[in-house]
Amino acid sequence: MQQPIPRPLPASIDSTVELLAKADYLADRSLGTVLYLALKMGRPIFLEGEAGVGKTEIAKVLAATLGRRLIRLQCYEGLDITAAVYEWNYAAQMIAIRVAEAEGEHDRDRLEHDVFSERFLIKRPLLQALEPDTAGAPVLLIDEIDRTDEAFEAFLLEVLADFQVTVPELGTVKAAHPPIVVITSNRTREVHDALKRRCLYHWVGYPSAERELAIVRAKVPDVGKKLSEQVVGFVQRLRKEDLFKSPGVAETLDWASALSELDVVALDPATVSDTLGVLLKYQDDIAKLEGSKVKELLDDVKAELRAAE
Amino acid sequence: MMSAMAEPSGRLAENILYFARALRAAGIPVGPGAVLDALEALQTAGVGTREDFYWTLHAVFVKRHEHSILFDQAFRIFFRRRGYVDQLIAMMLPQAPSAPQAPQPGATRIHEALYAGLDDKLKKEREVELDARMTVSDREVLQKKDFAQMTAAEIAAAKEAMRRLVLPLAEVRTRRLKPHPRGHLIDIRRTLRASMKGGGDFIDLRFIGPKTKPPPLVALLDISGSMSQYSRIFLHFLHALTDARRRVSTFLFGTRLTNVTRALRERDPDDALAACSAAVPDWSGGTRIAASLRAFNKLWARRVLTQGAVVLLITDGLERDADDTLAFEIDRLHRSCRRLVWLNPLLRFEGFEARARGIKAMLPHVDEFRPIHNLESMAGLVAALTQGANHVGDRAASPKAWMQKVA
Repeated sequence: MQQPIPRPLPASIDSTVELLAKADYLADRSLGTVLYLALKMGRPIFLEGEAGVGKTEIAKVLAATLGRRLIRLQCYEGLDITAAVYEWNYAAQMIAIRVAEAEGEHDRDRLEHDVFSERFLIKRPLLQALEPDTAGAPVLLIDEIDRTDEAFEAFLLEVLADFQVTVPELGTVKAAHPPIVVITSNRTREVHDALKRRCLYHWVGYPSAERELAIVRAKVPDVGKKLSEQVVGFVQRLRKEDLFKSPGVAETLDWASALSELDVVALDPATVSDTLGVLLKYQDDIAKLEGSKVKELLDDVKAELRAAE
Repeated sequence: MMSAMAEPSGRLAENILYFARALRAAGIPVGPGAVLDALEALQTAGVGTREDFYWTLHAVFVKRHEHSILFDQAFRIFFRRRGYVDQLIAMMLPQAPSAPQAPQPGATRIHEALYAGLDDKLKKEREVELDARMTVSDREVLQKKDFAQMTAAEIAAAKEAMRRLVLPLAEVRTRRLKPHPRGHLIDIRRTLRASMKGGGDFIDLRFIGPKTKPPPLVALLDISGSMSQYSRIFLHFLHALTDARRRVSTFLFGTRLTNVTRALRERDPDDALAACSAAVPDWSGGTRIAASLRAFNKLWARRVLTQGAVVLLITDGLERDADDTLAFEIDRLHRSCRRLVWLNPLLRFEGFEARARGIKAMLPHVDEFRPIHNLESMAGLVAALTQGANHVGDRAASPKAWMQKVA
């Protein structure tokens, strides 16, 4: 693996959008503005939106295009300090104690100092993100923060305010250059205002038809023009239906690649019904589209496409 | 630093300040820090177009998705004048300070004339809208509710009752661990530290065990006509509950669903009930349980029912147009929460039979069914909820027992 070269931050909103486009992430102007501001002002970005609209992807693309290291902290219920910040290597510590004893070392302070040294410290994502890096400060992705609990949010407040962490046995670790922090949430619960206040907020919505088409073309290049138009048209139409969970961009891309694997050149009702499981993940939603409903929607989409030509 | 930055754009700072005030009036919580952030952001972004100006302010001021629409409205109204934003943008560009412009003669009068007319027109439009809304459904009675103020004795009694309250499924295990004298895991960190004190000769084991905490509670309260005599006591109860516990969300429904969680966070019960009353347009109207549950399932379930939430459904179950959708929606609700408790104040008679269609449709899908025999006070309500709360499978609460009476 080659050494990443430090790259300068984008100098304007336009260049931010261009930078993302280089990695095939087609952001709209509002997202470009928020990202540019966050990079410039050194603020965390708080991205909220439905599942599958490309929130996590933003952090990955930022890391890739800026040549920074990506450090990911996946949140889950019960996430605690030993999994998020640091942990001592107990096995190694115990061996060190036994060895010290065997050597006749009985000075308690000395022993404690040796055992709680950086050698025995296992660094978890938050601590890693505070370390200096030759490629520039890393991108810290705190993914799906809504899955963890309020206690962890409160802890994050402190980290994000000063970019420092205290390890009682060692002292305080402070980042020389604060990392680029991206926080994502699926909004399965409200994140506390105190945390949001420290961040720049952006709601990542579903893209417009043109943008989605461009995304499909960029990400699944082997899909034909006609099919990609129909796929995007159908998904856009589907989002207007009364569904429990509308398909996200990730589903659109999955569907497009699934159809191209099946060597489909144009959509027909039978193919759509067979592959609906790629788009819709709730049985009730799939049941809603049974029978003639798929054909109806498909005819709508085809008529619209014909009218646009 | 601030003064150096604010100087060339004094007017800008002032305008942002007023805009922040307008946002606050519109209901978006904007702190004083946000104004400084906004100024910094505008300077940083080097804004060139109206769109960039919009999104830069949006990034700083909006912290919730539902506030986006309020922001949009406020932005449009505040920066209504064409070219106004351009002027502001021009102000931020580096340039020689120009002499202060003298106000053009008659400007104030023109402004007054322009806006007075506009305001009247807007008002008229709003009235027309209101009229239209009243005709949407003839069964939907839109009215505000007046609650009698609470006496000090009532408040004291409520607090007393809350202390005795034990809800069904009061504590759930979390996946977090805490020091515990009889825990099931060895806490290596504390063990090692403790052993250090003795020089490492003895290993003094310390344990950790699961931590428990009350699960989130979601209350869905029916405020239709048939329930109207109880709505005060329930709201009072929910206010006390919101005050005593964390993670309580409250929704009211009659013909439509309203989230009143924020209103109930007011410390004073009278203020809270007044705020609730102001937020809800459909007091004592008809009931559309299925439609309300559907709205809840679609818009809120995924946001408030995480981490093992307990749902307290308070309704008499008298659905006007009962059909299959009610069973479907209550089933979905049941499947998305940890425990669904139905509290029914109407069933006060021993010889009750679940005859109404709505009740029959809902009973199979609830975990616990709690009729309240005498709902005169908070104490009575608390007793009904506490009764048998700790042993699951309590016969009186089992919906099956009630279903058998129907057969």
